[in-house]
Amino acid sequence: MSARIGVVVFPGSNCEHDVVKALRCLGSGAEAEAELVWHGERTVAGYDAVVLPGGFAHGDYLRPGALARFSPVMEAVSKYAADGGPVVGICNGFQVLTEAGLLPGALQKNVGLRFLCKTVAVRVCTTRSVLTGETVLGEELALPINHFEGNFTCDAATLEVLRAEDRVVLRYTDNPNGSVDDIAGVCNEEGNVVGLMPHPERACDAMTASTDGTGLLRSLVAAATRHTRLAV
Amino acid sequence: MKYEVLVEVRLRPGIADPQGATIERALPALGFSAVDAVRVGKAIRLSVDAPDEAAAHERATLVAERLLANPVIEESVVTVIGVAEPAGRNGARP
Repeated sequence: MSARIGVVVFPGSNCEHDVVKALRCLGSGAEAEAELVWHGERTVAGYDAVVLPGGFAHGDYLRPGALARFSPVMEAVSKYAADGGPVVGICNGFQVLTEAGLLPGALQKNVGLRFLCKTVAVRVCTTRSVLTGETVLGEELALPINHFEGNFTCDAATLEVLRAEDRVVLRYTDNPNGSVDDIAGVCNEEGNVVGLMPHPERACDAMTASTDGTGLLRSLVAAATRHTRLAV
Repeated sequence: MKYEVLVEVRLRPGIADPQGATIERALPALGFSAVDAVRVGKAIRLSVDAPDEAAAHERATLVAERLLANPVIEESVVTVIGVAEPAGRNGARP
């Protein structure tokens, strides 16, 4: 049985085809069908997982994610997440999830005001999330980042909760953007909603510098398959 | 009545401000020595249709809290400047 994953397209998204392609090519043991879902849709029923891809939803006007959170599909994504459905936001998708209140914190401009486009090392800090279930705790992954506003910010009380509840999913080994506690990705309390700044979909092919993204996407497909089986 | 409203969006106290920090670091190079505590925010002007000034303030505050500011890191200050002059969309004057 292969998992069916919906990849949301906002006006201005630009990584949706990369995500679809990466999900379709994971190979045996992680068979997935992936298809695009326009942001005007009012339902995500029938998908075993939902991905919000990178890009510049609604031109990033006002703040990244500030307008995208009001796209019709987001109400459906919120309900889907509340029902335990796996939801992953990559880069701009992470920004949308924080603006929508599905994940804590906010993504501010990088310290030093530099747009960062390079491969960085991140460490897996929990395996209880839908994106890291099949990875090894402490494993180091080489993943590309490509952002201007990836500086994860939250207040001290929120950070304490994230640590106490084991909700920091990924940490940079060499903090590139000023993120609080080196955080590159976080999840919600249940672990079914994950946001991260690095792009696993760009590290899934032997032609790219790294294939370390495959472990994360295979984890998502596994979680999606489990979700289906529970729902059925 | 149309009221002209100014919404100032600024980072909450204690939230790091990479833009403010960068500007502050640039100032000495330009010969400005007695300036610090630079914080960067946004000024957004709106015109609001409302029966009176208090109602205009209330409506603009809702807009500010729901969309213009991200309450996780930002706060907003709403000021009714006065009665708006006639203007087209996005402030285009005839």
